[in-house]
Amino acid sequence: MTDLKKISIDGEVIEVDGAMTLLQACEAAGVEVPRFCYHERLSIAGNCRMCLVEVKGGPPKPAASCAMQVRDLRPGPEGQAPEVFTNTPMVKKAREGVMEFLLINHPLDCPICDQGGECDLQDQAMAYGVDFSRYREPKRAAVDMDLGPLVGTCMTRCISCTRCVRFITEVAGVPEMGQTGRGEDSEITSYLSQTLTSEMQGNIIDLCPVGALTSKPYAFTARPWELRKTETIDVIDALGSSIRVDVRGREVMRIVPRNHDGVNEEWLADRSRFVWDGLRRQRLDKPYVRRDGKLKPATWGEAFAAIAEAAEGKTVSGIAGDLASTEAMFALKGLVGSLDGVAECRTDGVALEAGNRGSYAGTAKIEDLDDAELILLVGTNPRSEAPVLNARIRKAWMNGAKVGLIGEAVDLTYDYDHIGTGPDALAATVNTPAEDWTPVKGKKSVVIIGQGALAREDGAAALAAAMKVAELGESGFLVLHNAASRVGGLDLGLVAEGGIARALEADVILNLGADELDIPAGPFVVYQGSHGDRGAHRADVILPGAAWTEESGIFVNTEGRPQLANRAGFPPGEARENWAILRALSAAMGKPLPYDGLAALRKAMFEDVPHLARLDTVPENAHEALELGVLGHAPYAPALADHYLVNPICRASTVLADLSRLRALREAKPMAAE
Amino acid sequence: MLRRLHHEQPESFAFTQANLEWAEGQIAKYPEGRQASAVIPLLWRAQEQEGWISRPIIEVVADMLGLAQIRVLEVASFYFMFQLAPVGRYHIQVCGTLSCMLCGAEDLVAVCKDKIGPEAHKVYRDGLFSWEEVECLGACSNAPMVQIGKDFYEDLTTERFAEILDAFANGEVPTPGPQNGRYGPEPKSGLTSLIIPEDERNGLNASAQLAVALGETVARIDGTQPVASAQVINTPRSGGN
Repeated sequence: MTDLKKISIDGEVIEVDGAMTLLQACEAAGVEVPRFCYHERLSIAGNCRMCLVEVKGGPPKPAASCAMQVRDLRPGPEGQAPEVFTNTPMVKKAREGVMEFLLINHPLDCPICDQGGECDLQDQAMAYGVDFSRYREPKRAAVDMDLGPLVGTCMTRCISCTRCVRFITEVAGVPEMGQTGRGEDSEITSYLSQTLTSEMQGNIIDLCPVGALTSKPYAFTARPWELRKTETIDVIDALGSSIRVDVRGREVMRIVPRNHDGVNEEWLADRSRFVWDGLRRQRLDKPYVRRDGKLKPATWGEAFAAIAEAAEGKTVSGIAGDLASTEAMFALKGLVGSLDGVAECRTDGVALEAGNRGSYAGTAKIEDLDDAELILLVGTNPRSEAPVLNARIRKAWMNGAKVGLIGEAVDLTYDYDHIGTGPDALAATVNTPAEDWTPVKGKKSVVIIGQGALAREDGAAALAAAMKVAELGESGFLVLHNAASRVGGLDLGLVAEGGIARALEADVILNLGADELDIPAGPFVVYQGSHGDRGAHRADVILPGAAWTEESGIFVNTEGRPQLANRAGFPPGEARENWAILRALSAAMGKPLPYDGLAALRKAMFEDVPHLARLDTVPENAHEALELGVLGHAPYAPALADHYLVNPICRASTVLADLSRLRALREAKPMAAE
Repeated sequence: MLRRLHHEQPESFAFTQANLEWAEGQIAKYPEGRQASAVIPLLWRAQEQEGWISRPIIEVVADMLGLAQIRVLEVASFYFMFQLAPVGRYHIQVCGTLSCMLCGAEDLVAVCKDKIGPEAHKVYRDGLFSWEEVECLGACSNAPMVQIGKDFYEDLTTERFAEILDAFANGEVPTPGPQNGRYGPEPKSGLTSLIIPEDERNGLNASAQLAVALGETVARIDGTQPVASAQVINTPRSGGN
């Protein structure tokens, strides 16, 4: 139900929804309006006044286009469309006046400001600034606050747009920032100068239109114009957020989010944004072979020879870790298959089966959450497992959706009905669909099941029960994975009869970056990965592989969307791309894989699993009911022990280690007070 | 003026029983989901009870309204009538806006600096006095004036103002209202319209009467005080004192 209104923008008449603001209407007409406080995904504040336009059919003064709706304007006497002008002398003068006011207290420290080169104020001052100042008085001084290890502050530069306050309150859902005082003395602060606790706080760095909030880890290390920018995909959680990796020389200097309406909107979790220093530390840059109980540096040839010797006539299995690309997993499966072994990607023992795609990639899209009326979370803490997804659920909740949770009662930043802590509540939901939080037909709902419910004895029964709930309520179904590689691995069929236990029984294990499991003593372990972490410690041969920013690879996110991660840099030392290592190893073991290049590998892979070729589209999955099983009684435990340290790259990052330590301190404090 | 929470804060805060009931009444005025609207009435009553807004008050009010603490702090720091530092038993608010300033408000401030202390918003004389300059208090026809506690002292001269301060220091309650014999904001030369005969008129205007009847002007409000409007309406016009 839209009420379309005609409006003339700079003489061009267009028809738009009456509820749109003038600024949005201008954008629809292709006219750019400068702004500082307005942001598409935040509430409207209307306090920077930069977006002033001239209107006919409204108040006879410059109007803030971000805060005035199209329907607020009157048509002309003969029913002409109301007119908006964005390029008249009056508009230019008004914006110049606003810019002059903004610059009164803004320091002229662009040469030492981290925002320099990508600063909205700098850019717009080029268009609307005057080249002199009429201001002779001293500028405002401000006290810098300590917001924690991520967000650096320089509050003299603040123009009080309140985007950070609105983001922290509305999107992150942790109201810990505000604007106190008034007039010249108003200041952006956190309550009592406490540090921020949100796991999405890094986004306020991007939101800040000036250099008041900057990235502390990135501070003074690079200028935007000297960075090579690569658009790629995040793999720290299974959401597959769109990111841009900025590289100077060989080193990743920073990671920033890109807009993707279907996945991450334009937000990014802190652990994905600040993981880049982990890409420099603890790296494996040459092959190692264990000799006399000690890992010794070796050449590629020696390493391959050692593997070929150990595998001679033995059973071989392959396990794929959380950060493996589909290409590497496909090569691993091919190699292990040619040696009559099994390949497995479900390293945490999760009860998902390949084949029934609706059961592991779900039938819903992340976008379906936006207009859902009811969201049921089973055995998951989305705030910890995928903060950006949690922000999306929060958005649905703000739009009126009800949220039900079966699992540990934690602070999710929104209100929810806590239905129960374990499988008993899930069983009740299947059996008594009359309760008001049960998904019902005719009401759009989404059921999300997490690894907390799946990675345990009764996981298969929990999956079947959750799918039954979704079936009864005609709900969308989503599985929230924690490993970026998992859906891809299941698509490729890296599953062994008997699960991970079966894979660990082999004499030789090819470990493709699986660090989150303990491999028992006995088998000969080949660890192929980027970081010297748990997996490398247990290895007999280490093959140094590229990290995800150093090779081109397809990842399938938690909703089943294949996305291409591009190469932003080159792996260090002798490390190589993962598929290439496996291809070389296959030749050394006498079973060469039938492809010599990435293109040929992808061609073979796409023949096997065609939907991987359709990048950035979510295939429709049919609901295929599973047989209901016997549920246990133990409450669902959290799937992640530590929100920040989830994989080898995170564990190598000092920034994330700091965040993890601070969180532990914060959580310990209330207990000490009791 | 940069306003921050005071560096010394009390341990806790609680509304008195009567004030709590009043506050709940205020919250109930707003429709479900709009309870945050009661933040200013609640902060104001808390200030009337304690004299100033402390951190515990902010946190108690935030809890009562289901608001984030920073939201209440924003409100408290925005409005200058919320005192963020302790005030004296007699908190002198000197009106410094146009009419009062033209009629000598700066001299009254000088009296404050002389008799109380050099800095505004600081408590002097063993907690008895503090002062500040405020914006227009709406008694422009009786300029210059000050507000002390709940009452206005109008048509002041520096001498009369000094006497009033001395009287407070001695524990007396000087009669509020115009200090030059006027009844209210009528012309100095007397009423020109709506003339009420002298014998039908009380000697004092309503708020001054109330202060005299109560015998105080500065007591903190714990919720048990009579409501001012009821008191005055019940006073017969010719009764007088």
